[in-house]
Amino acid sequence: MSAPNLFDKVWDAHAVRTLAGGQTQLLIGLHLIHEVTSPQAFAMLRERDLKVAYPERTVATVDHIIPTDNQLRPLRDSLAEEMMEAIETNCRDFGVQLLSPENGDQGIVHVVGPERGLTQPGMTIVCGDSHTSTHGAFGTIALGIGTSQVAHVLATGTMALAKPKVRKVSVDGELGPGVTAKDVALAIINHLGVQGGVGYAYEYAGDVFRNMSMEERMTVCNMSIEGGARCGYVCPDETTVEYLRGRDAVPTGEAFEKAAEWWLSLASPEDARYDDEVHLLASEIEPTVTWGINPGQSIGVGGNLPDPAELPEGERFAVQEALTYMGLEGGQKLEGTPIDVAFIGSCTNGRLSDLREAAAVVKAAGGRVPDRVRALVVPGSQRVRAAAEAEGLHTIFSEAGFDWRQAGCSMCLAMNPDKLQGRELCASSSNRNFKGRQGSPTGRTLLMSPAMVAAAALAGEVRDVRSVGAAAVA
Amino acid sequence: MSPVSQIVARGIPLPGDDIDTDRIIPARFLRCVTFDGLGEHAFEDDRAQDASHPFDDAKYADGGLLVTGNNFGCGSSREHAPQSLMRAGVRAIIAGSFAEIFAGNCTNLGVACATATPEVRSELIRLIQADPTAEATLDLEALTVTISGETYPVAMADGARDALLTGQYDFLAQLLEAAPEVAEAGQKVPYLSGFKA
Repeated sequence: MSAPNLFDKVWDAHAVRTLAGGQTQLLIGLHLIHEVTSPQAFAMLRERDLKVAYPERTVATVDHIIPTDNQLRPLRDSLAEEMMEAIETNCRDFGVQLLSPENGDQGIVHVVGPERGLTQPGMTIVCGDSHTSTHGAFGTIALGIGTSQVAHVLATGTMALAKPKVRKVSVDGELGPGVTAKDVALAIINHLGVQGGVGYAYEYAGDVFRNMSMEERMTVCNMSIEGGARCGYVCPDETTVEYLRGRDAVPTGEAFEKAAEWWLSLASPEDARYDDEVHLLASEIEPTVTWGINPGQSIGVGGNLPDPAELPEGERFAVQEALTYMGLEGGQKLEGTPIDVAFIGSCTNGRLSDLREAAAVVKAAGGRVPDRVRALVVPGSQRVRAAAEAEGLHTIFSEAGFDWRQAGCSMCLAMNPDKLQGRELCASSSNRNFKGRQGSPTGRTLLMSPAMVAAAALAGEVRDVRSVGAAAVA
Repeated sequence: MSPVSQIVARGIPLPGDDIDTDRIIPARFLRCVTFDGLGEHAFEDDRAQDASHPFDDAKYADGGLLVTGNNFGCGSSREHAPQSLMRAGVRAIIAGSFAEIFAGNCTNLGVACATATPEVRSELIRLIQADPTAEATLDLEALTVTISGETYPVAMADGARDALLTGQYDFLAQLLEAAPEVAEAGQKVPYLSGFKA
């Protein structure tokens, strides 16, 4: 008999009962909400005269619509202002804590949860946002949900869910210089496909994850959803415990030691059972760049683009569609392709370590962003921004011609003024390269690590970060 | 909610894999506090770049059964995507596969998500294109789709199918019933009881 894995243990601890249709009614320990997917849910509560069942387990912030150049109220976009006012009113009326810009607590929901210690191992965490999988880095079941489900969780503290299968994704060995967590995420998605994870939760394991910082683990877990997985997680270890020690929402003193003991006990044992296992080698992962219109369409930065003529007939159409949209030619190199915009930020790569990594490349490479390239650095939260400024990172970026912004989702998703124009090509540390994702219906996105974005920004074209600043990537 | 056992509607062919929720409803239309009016913006940017997009084709204007490719609805969890399709008249979707958050959102709205093989889907698309006025019947009991006298097998996730067949697809009422059990379960979870237990 093999033993339960972390997912089994956390699921069982939160299962309330089995519903008529076979789904589990699952207790939710932390419900994060934001301005885009919550107003309709609160309206559903008002319509049915319901309260928020567990306001103390519910925390709100604003991230998607908030401008990153000028956050003064009222916001210039009246629709955005209306959404800000709606979440303020809803939080006040229903007794929910709002991490607001006025208090210096605001940021991208998947950045502020971990940085405040709201996210803790063993929790079930949901948010009306697909990148909720980020919180899996702590050994949680963390799921993106739709607005009807947001209403369910608000009203009952639970949701209906069918238990997914669990696939262990191991990456063993040591990553080469200049290869980051983002490259690991892109490599996994490339290997398993954008729908390879459908029906699964991913447990990330092996040397690479063991050696990663919490912020690196968050980057990989963040992109689980891009591989089709319902969620992804890393088992808690001493790195997890030390990250959490002393954070705002974490217990103190004896309660912390008790908590840590429970957290560590949740890790999957050596003989844990899985529905599937996959192994990748760290040594085969290169600094990776997407060239297409889904996050699985990527190559190592030095490689050649796929040539539709050389592909099996079943794959030709999708590759040609992507190359045509991107204005790229099959068989050619991607390295050296001129970019128009460089974006460092997002829930994938908008944390302090990401900004440090990019700043190190800027410092090592020297020079300035060419005038024809628009480059922006958007911290993931107000706290990240303050911490980066305390280290002088903002000066490094500003002196090199990057625009240093305020916290928000910014150019990841085109719900605020930061958008691509026309067919601009953007080197981006975000998570999606879908058609139109960055705000222009014909805009184009190349996903890569923050270090690679920094290198591309300075060169004005796609570059191998290893050739730019040897000192920075060693 | 009333049970959904059969959906009778004209078809809309929408070939292609990995059609994501940003394409179904571009993010700028998410700057809203209600779902009203989202129906008219379904696939807005795709339509602007493709004059022959089925959502702009008068032949399919009354369609309610979408037939599409693999991994439909991937990407963002925005319920705005199924809301916009539903408000544009879509009541059922037959795809090769679905992204899970999207499929869950559809079920909550009473929109049926069924899967079918590539052969079945290309036959369906051929028959819909041959006669756009033909009414297709998606039968959730029999797990079949019938159009122009031809019947094909489809599959559905058990939970979603049961929810639609029993009319229990709005889970809120069911979840509310267990409030006392939920409170009790919370006391047994270490972090919800302050690690005292």
